[in-house]
Amino acid sequence: MDQNSATYEGQKMYDPKGWWDTYVFSQDHKVIALQYVCVALAIGLTGMFLSLLMRMQLGFPGLFESIDAGSYYQDVTMHGMIMVIYLLTALFLGGFGNYLIPLMLGCRDMAFPFVNMLSFWMYFLSVIILVASFFVESGPTGAGWTLYPPQSILEGTPGGDGAGIILMLASLAVFIIAFTMGGLNYITTVLQSRAKGMTLMRMPLIIWCIFLATFLGLLAFPALLVGAIMLIFDRVLETSFFMPEIFKGGEVLDYGGGSPVLFQHLFWFFGHPEVYIIALPAFGIISELISVHARKNIFGYNMMVWALIAIAGIAFIVWAHHMYVAGMNPYLGFFFATTTLIIAVPTAIKVYNWVLTLWNANIKMTVPMLYCLAFLVTFLNGGLTGLFLGNVAVDVPLSDTYFVVGHFHMVMAVSPVLALYGGLYHWYPSVTGRMLNDTLGKIHFWITFIGTYLIYFPMHYIGFLGVPRRYYSNEQYDFIPQSVADLNQFITICALIVGLAQFILLYNFIVSLKKGAIASKNPWGACTLEWQALESPPGHGNWGEQLPVVYRWPYEYGLPGAKEDFIPQNVPDEQIVKA
Amino acid sequence: MSNNQTVSFEHSIPDNLKGLVADWSSDVQTFRVRWSKAMMWIFLVSDTFIFGSFLCAYMAVRLTTIEPWPPTSEVFALHVGGADVPLLLIAIMTFILISSSGTMAMAVTSGYKKERKKTAFLILLTALGGLAFVGMQMFEWSKLIFEEGIRPWGNPFGAAQFGGFFFMITGFHGLHVSIGVVYLCIVAKRVWEGRYDRLNDYQMVEVAGLYWHFVDLVWIFIFAFFYLW
Repeated sequence: MDQNSATYEGQKMYDPKGWWDTYVFSQDHKVIALQYVCVALAIGLTGMFLSLLMRMQLGFPGLFESIDAGSYYQDVTMHGMIMVIYLLTALFLGGFGNYLIPLMLGCRDMAFPFVNMLSFWMYFLSVIILVASFFVESGPTGAGWTLYPPQSILEGTPGGDGAGIILMLASLAVFIIAFTMGGLNYITTVLQSRAKGMTLMRMPLIIWCIFLATFLGLLAFPALLVGAIMLIFDRVLETSFFMPEIFKGGEVLDYGGGSPVLFQHLFWFFGHPEVYIIALPAFGIISELISVHARKNIFGYNMMVWALIAIAGIAFIVWAHHMYVAGMNPYLGFFFATTTLIIAVPTAIKVYNWVLTLWNANIKMTVPMLYCLAFLVTFLNGGLTGLFLGNVAVDVPLSDTYFVVGHFHMVMAVSPVLALYGGLYHWYPSVTGRMLNDTLGKIHFWITFIGTYLIYFPMHYIGFLGVPRRYYSNEQYDFIPQSVADLNQFITICALIVGLAQFILLYNFIVSLKKGAIASKNPWGACTLEWQALESPPGHGNWGEQLPVVYRWPYEYGLPGAKEDFIPQNVPDEQIVKA
Repeated sequence: MSNNQTVSFEHSIPDNLKGLVADWSSDVQTFRVRWSKAMMWIFLVSDTFIFGSFLCAYMAVRLTTIEPWPPTSEVFALHVGGADVPLLLIAIMTFILISSSGTMAMAVTSGYKKERKKTAFLILLTALGGLAFVGMQMFEWSKLIFEEGIRPWGNPFGAAQFGGFFFMITGFHGLHVSIGVVYLCIVAKRVWEGRYDRLNDYQMVEVAGLYWHFVDLVWIFIFAFFYLW
């Protein structure tokens, strides 16, 4: 089969005609990636705004009268859902995945461009449905992002009287359809449409990460889809899949005989792999960035790949560590604690390899590199508190306290976002052909990095004191000392500063589009293919007439005897310029 | 230091695994099939997890529910010739669906033999089998709803979850069959128009076949877990 021909599969390559075809209903993977990034960042800003509302209430209770207990729970719920699914999942896989897979693998586009376009528009629809729930009577659901029944579908829960929960579940179902369409594309493209010479073990690590994260998503999202469908039925048709016998205000409701723990199993069978759906692309971005900006090949490439595969596999058998206090059989807790601690081994391999990559390297303190270093520290920190929470005996007292909030924000909120920012700074020149402003980038970095530490580090202490998470107000409990209120004020002020600092990034993004320094074709001196396209930024079809041919692995830095300190993947041995 | 993939480790690999190793260590593509076929396989793996989640949830609730499960052999019985015959309708439905898998397999074979008209005819026959299955399922649903009084939220025989799971899972499967019928009709039209003759490649018929066999296989599990348990 002729892979070089654009008419492989018997279809002509998609050829945009006119403005709408090129920029709106585009089937070009780069445009779709940008659409994903823009929508995800927009909804992510909404999520950040919600978190600031929560922080205002926690730091300065009662200052804003509009934030009552009900709207506080709605903010908590929507903040969690938006950040985990509509921002990070969509941005890493829809954004970075779409942009990087065809460019890094040396093909012209995704395997199924039309399905890829549909994927974005379904995602857009799911975001619209999600946002719509803010505008229905009684607002979005306030059941917590885990949506545990029975309370999530009963009236009386904040936002439970109106259509909030229905819209939430419908939006999730549409998102899953969108993800499936995108995911089938990513997997097929990675497996079936690589450049000549690009074996699986010559793929950049980020492609491995996105590939495995997509695989996790394709196998984990079905459980959420099933849970969402059953929950909709429980709400609309009054079936009792998840609903036990319930008394409300002295009256027996029509429900009975269902199993609330079943929903938790379905949710976390999705929910834990979801953590890795977010973490793996972050790992991948860090692997790329650390190698490029330290001018050194990644340490232990093969071990990195196998560690990723191990993480992806074990991710499916750890889900019940979110349910130690749900009333499971304690023996199950033993099993899941063991698997949870085992997954720390491949993760530690990755961290050691990143650190060893930095060992004796020519570290360039660029903004992406700063983000890498920040990621290593933050991820290590969040990972270590994960060891506390993975053990049943330690988890039981810490469960549902601010310790958990501190842990998962460190490990799966701040770390991926740091990797995300690093990635945005790194690939911005490839997308726009211009560099971002370095000074603004560093200001943004230091405020974000130090700020997030000041926000989440005290939460561990608050958690040790036993302050429960998700509480609207801590004022009426004797066991909570004054220091908690003071710390909460401090955290809120830090959160406001960090929140404002994100507008530096936004400003930098928009201004640099027109005024940024013109980037050379390969400004960071990277070996991977996305910087070797004919044009910069890469044009439609990516490679002009001839597809690239790959001769080496993606981390050929500092080859002895060569003039440049990097050899791109598409340069054959005989063309290496000698020093 | 290049990441050298050309190291020969052939001597250490048993013969029957050499193909596997060759596929996974090759460049360009891992599986020697069309993109659409690879995608269909991946989609089916994902879909397996949807049905798997449905069936696991069903089993979990059936084991934990407080009321007794309705006696399935009586609920699903047909009244024929003065006697209740258990599983009669469902036996016919299952027979038809499995037969349609047979005609689908024949369609794939004749497709690879480039027999255009025969292929289109066999695909249409398969779609007809699917249509008959969905029709009988509608009959079964209306019998359960209107004669037996089974609803998603309750029934006169026992645990309320019976109706919910039955309608949800068979409905989800019926949706798959219905989509499959439409899909098969589109493929049959394309075969008839000679599109695959022009491409000189009938693999798309096999891709449709994969989906159809999968829907069939899922039915076997639903049949076993709902009607025989």
